Amino acid sequence: MLGSFAVLRKQSLLGDAISHAALPGIAIAFLITGAKDSNILLLGALVSGLIGTFWIRGIITKTHLKSDTALGLILSLFFGFGMLLLTFIQKQPNANQAGLDKYLFGQAATLVESDVWLMAIVTGICLIVLLLFWKEFKLLLFDADYTKTLGFNTKFIDILITTFIVLAIVLGLQTVGVVLMSAMLLAPAAAARQWTNSLGVMVILAAIFGAFSGVLGTAVSASQNNLSTGPVIVLIAAVFVFISFVFSPSRGLLFREIRFRKNRRDLKLQKTLSFMFNIAKTHEDISHPHTIKILNNFQGYTRKTLQKLVDKNYVTITDNMWSLTPEGFKSAANLYNQHLDQNE
Amino acid sequence: MSNAQIEIQLIASLVAIACAIPGTFLVLRKMAMISDAISHSILPGIVIGFFITQDLNSPLLILLAAVTGIITVVLVEYIQKTGLVKEDTAIGLVFPVLFSIGVILIAKNANDVHLDIDAVLLGELAFAPFDRLMIAGVDIGPKSLWVIGCILLITITLLIAFFKELKVSTFDVGLASALGFSPAIIHYGLMTVSSITTVGAFDAVGAILVVALMIAPAATAYLLTTDLKKMILLSIVFGVFSAISGYWVAHWLDASIAGSITSMLGLLFLVVYLFAPNKGLIAVMYRDKQQRTEVSLLTFLLHLGNHQDESERHVNHLNEHINWQKVRSKTVLDLALKNNMITIDNHIVSLTKKGKEFTSQAISYIITNEDSKIEHMKDDFFLFRG
Repeated sequence: MLGSFAVLRKQSLLGDAISHAALPGIAIAFLITGAKDSNILLLGALVSGLIGTFWIRGIITKTHLKSDTALGLILSLFFGFGMLLLTFIQKQPNANQAGLDKYLFGQAATLVESDVWLMAIVTGICLIVLLLFWKEFKLLLFDADYTKTLGFNTKFIDILITTFIVLAIVLGLQTVGVVLMSAMLLAPAAAARQWTNSLGVMVILAAIFGAFSGVLGTAVSASQNNLSTGPVIVLIAAVFVFISFVFSPSRGLLFREIRFRKNRRDLKLQKTLSFMFNIAKTHEDISHPHTIKILNNFQGYTRKTLQKLVDKNYVTITDNMWSLTPEGFKSAANLYNQHLDQNE
Repeated sequence: MSNAQIEIQLIASLVAIACAIPGTFLVLRKMAMISDAISHSILPGIVIGFFITQDLNSPLLILLAAVTGIITVVLVEYIQKTGLVKEDTAIGLVFPVLFSIGVILIAKNANDVHLDIDAVLLGELAFAPFDRLMIAGVDIGPKSLWVIGCILLITITLLIAFFKELKVSTFDVGLASALGFSPAIIHYGLMTVSSITTVGAFDAVGAILVVALMIAPAATAYLLTTDLKKMILLSIVFGVFSAISGYWVAHWLDASIAGSITSMLGLLFLVVYLFAPNKGLIAVMYRDKQQRTEVSLLTFLLHLGNHQDESERHVNHLNEHINWQKVRSKTVLDLALKNNMITIDNHIVSLTKKGKEFTSQAISYIITNEDSKIEHMKDDFFLFRG
């Protein structure tokens, strides 16, 4: 759900960056407390994720480095630092350290009941906040300047959205792992975007897509041996995206191709018609017959287009000769006028 | 220093140089995240290569991985061209999918071979010297040293041969195509080099470090210079410096070398980010503050110009009227005094001749908004800073 906002705000890769940036937080939280309490670790991840996010912001606004550089930079630096800490922890004499790296790749199977409850609660809070601030979020998303002039505290709303995105990512980390988190954030939203232009519908669709790929992915990975859950979920989400890209009625590639072909055919038809019109114009009688051979010189003419014109009752054919009907003459004469009208 | 230590540092430095060169161009072309995508998505290529050869060291692996890297770039561009989603979303969609395919392939088929995700993602530099290249039974050094050395040689040759083309197509795509080099070929060439470097390097240092070594030195150098040649040189220097110092930090902490090199890079970037002379955070903030004071001064002078009445020109009244804090108004007053713009006589502020001239110029600039008028005013403003 929150992914929708990330996609629309052109911060898609933020998810990737945050999920990597969370690592040092987990490590530091562990170093400080020395216990493997998942809540505290998550808190650490949240804090370092937020630091990462705001540092990225700082780099983008204060220097001339571009957003992609800032993202890549923070991502790799935080992650590297996290690795350093993790290996450092491994050398420490502390029996609890095993399993910290599970956070890296995620194991949905290792989740215990309390984790699930935590997720459910956080999802609930996300939903409530989303509903409460729906109008503000929407405004900020599409027209930040306007929001500011209306007197909303844009900074606060911005931080709120970012915090929730980070929170969602950090929670998701446990399930699908660092690498695949960004796909979980993006894929449902990108798929949903193809079906609708309305933010509300998009958010709901994204949630549905996400839930579906989660359920299906878990089912598939449970039915087979040796299949880790995360990657399967991501692949299924990718299938959703692919289907949406190809088959979505208004933006999909398939329908776009069909529309494109149809337009081209129409254009050819009109070209042939206007060519005929120019020939017919020179004769007194517009229905004066001509041989089909003349048309062969004309690019865009095919037997099919001629047949189409006959079907439309614009042209009649009698043994290798064609002649324009009055109806065809009229519509051909109007062809260019129509375009002129549109241009004006 | 033992022999192995020298070799590790040598490998790390070579990797740093090999990454810094394509990294510079990636950063300049705003494609830094592509390197992240490549480093993840080469996984299926390596896995498939491994199934074919059953040998982790075969060159086919590197070739296939590079091909997967290029496939990633092509896919990202294709998705982007359809116009359905933005570029960053396209990147974010493509690489997790390829990575998932890789993970599943490993899980399904290669459960008991030595090929696990951790090793691929994180790499371990410390073991690099043990994997030695033997030719006719003679030990001629660690294998990854040779691999990365070859890649570096190719990269440098290509860089020197196509420096001009790269430069033009990076900064002005239109000009490049007008001059007759195909930007597409250069683009894919660069991508190929990046993929190969990533593949060659990650064997030794892991995917994340590759990304860090590509982006961080280039970004740091970019904060310090705007000259392309200097930028490449600087990023090489930064890369090598953090490679060697990172090694010693890791040695001291007994932790992952890749992680500590990255942390050194991060530290380096942080320092430059804060203290870079022109583009650093502190410099930018200082400049912002100065500009704010200058604008305040202008406001103040305009205010004075508008009010002839003595009561309106009292120092305390000004404080209230323009709504400034005490400190701020004192700064502005001092600045104006120092530049002989005003005189203060018994708490009544009045404009001097110079101040009046300046104010009328400022007004005419504000009204006409012509750049020619502001040119010599910029010099005047420069006076304040001294």
